[in-house]
Amino acid sequence: MAHSNDTSRAGWPGRIGPWLVPAAILASWQIAAQTGWLSTRILPAPSAVLAALWALASSGELLTHLQASFARAAIGFAIGSGIGFFFGLINGCWRVAENLFDTTLQMVRNVPHLALIPLVILWFGIDEGGKLFLVALGVFFPVYLNTFHGIRSVDAALVEMGRSYGLSGWALFRHVILPGALPNILVGVRYSLGFMWLTLIVAETIAASSGIGYMAMNAREFLQTDVVVLAILLYAVLGKLADVAARLLERRLLRWNNAYAGA
Amino acid sequence: MGFINLKELAEIGEQVALGQPVPPAEPSRTAPDSGPPRDSGVPIALRGLGKAYGARTVLSSIDLGIAAGEFIAIVGRSGCGKSTLLRLLAGLETPSEGSIALDGQALRDTHDELRLMFQDARLLPWKSVADNVALGLPGSARKRREAALAALADVGLADRADEWPARLSGGQRQRVALARALVHKPRLLLLDEPLGALDALTRIEMHALIERLWREQGFTALLVTHDVSEAIALADRVLLIEDGSTALDLRIALERPRDRTSAGFTVLEDRVLRRILQHPPQEETPPPAPAAAPFIQWRWAA
Repeated sequence: MAHSNDTSRAGWPGRIGPWLVPAAILASWQIAAQTGWLSTRILPAPSAVLAALWALASSGELLTHLQASFARAAIGFAIGSGIGFFFGLINGCWRVAENLFDTTLQMVRNVPHLALIPLVILWFGIDEGGKLFLVALGVFFPVYLNTFHGIRSVDAALVEMGRSYGLSGWALFRHVILPGALPNILVGVRYSLGFMWLTLIVAETIAASSGIGYMAMNAREFLQTDVVVLAILLYAVLGKLADVAARLLERRLLRWNNAYAGA
Repeated sequence: MGFINLKELAEIGEQVALGQPVPPAEPSRTAPDSGPPRDSGVPIALRGLGKAYGARTVLSSIDLGIAAGEFIAIVGRSGCGKSTLLRLLAGLETPSEGSIALDGQALRDTHDELRLMFQDARLLPWKSVADNVALGLPGSARKRREAALAALADVGLADRADEWPARLSGGQRQRVALARALVHKPRLLLLDEPLGALDALTRIEMHALIERLWREQGFTALLVTHDVSEAIALADRVLLIEDGSTALDLRIALERPRDRTSAGFTVLEDRVLRRILQHPPQEETPPPAPAAAPFIQWRWAA
């Protein structure tokens, strides 16, 4: 609190201050690259990255790759989080299901999903299937675990109240259990969005014929470091966008909760 | 009906013989303008009711008759089983022995005739005040909202209908909980120390509110409390539960609304308090909590 007060009182020097260091780094990077002190084979000038962005965007190539990556991320996320949500739900609601599935899922969780890449390539080749499989697997566990614990940590007093007010089955789930578990479920969604991009980056750099990862690997073969840096920056931007979307979702769905209100 | 004759103020309280079925008493409220209100309260009969958790007996052989529309207060030291009695009536626990009959019918698992008000308001934080009140109501969305707004107006909170419960004070939350209970037009209202956490001024306001709504709607009311003055201010009969059975059944024949400073009031209050204190306190046993789900506040961080 004190910090934000200080900046607002300081006026424009306070607002500009935090950006001085990044700007200085960018400027010195640009100068170092232009004077030839920094080889473009190691790092291209920021202006070259911007130029690459412009060139790829105007040729339409960038959009194609973006669309391919985005579609993979979205489909993989939908499948993985859907299954994770489903298992979190049934294991959270029914002891029998927990008894049956939880141990198995916890065992699978201990296998790093990226370690499966050689197997996945054998199974799916370099087709879409393998990448979707990896993304879905990476997204599954955060959603599963947080849904499960979200449902288990719903206030028992509220559930008792709901029952004594005549709610049962679907109505009890919809009005009491699901909203009570939602804060945890959304934490799971935010974690899984991080895993979604991470998995996709690895999967696309190993085997792909489109997508941002493919664009980066292709550029590496031709020593186009500007395109490589651009791809890295694009991943950062996409990751940030996914996080912002999740935050908006939280603020909308959890607006009853003081911790998420306003801001 | 000699013992409810309000003229005989000298005879302010009369102990009803224990175990003896209570004759259906005329409720001591003054009936509103047009005869008895719609669908008045439900009579209750408890026969040999008992509850044990394993080897520990909480309630044993309770025989009790409650007339339709009567206001009963149950007092007793903490851990005496008074909350358990209420939870049995609410159907949240099943009796180990004996039976409960509402209006001659056995208590079923789900029943629309009774509503329970908890110690804490237990409002759903993710629903607006009006949606909380409308919880579990049948009918179209518009009808449910109308009913909820009417119930909120009854407790004086119509203007807060669209706020989150988190924005309300403790007293306002309990008023919303009261509206939520009464919107179902219950014939029996069970109150489990609903005012325990409120400050003294808010409690007095709530007493007046509960009394007014009880008089208007005519439901049977059962209030569990450890505040003897609250019990005497509101109830037709005060029951004292000791070691799992009724130790005192006192009819309060004071005129309503009751003046807490009147001689009759303080005499009765003193009498009940003395009776409670006669009995040595038993070992503190916490009331049974709802089966708590394992609460693991644990998130997966990679």
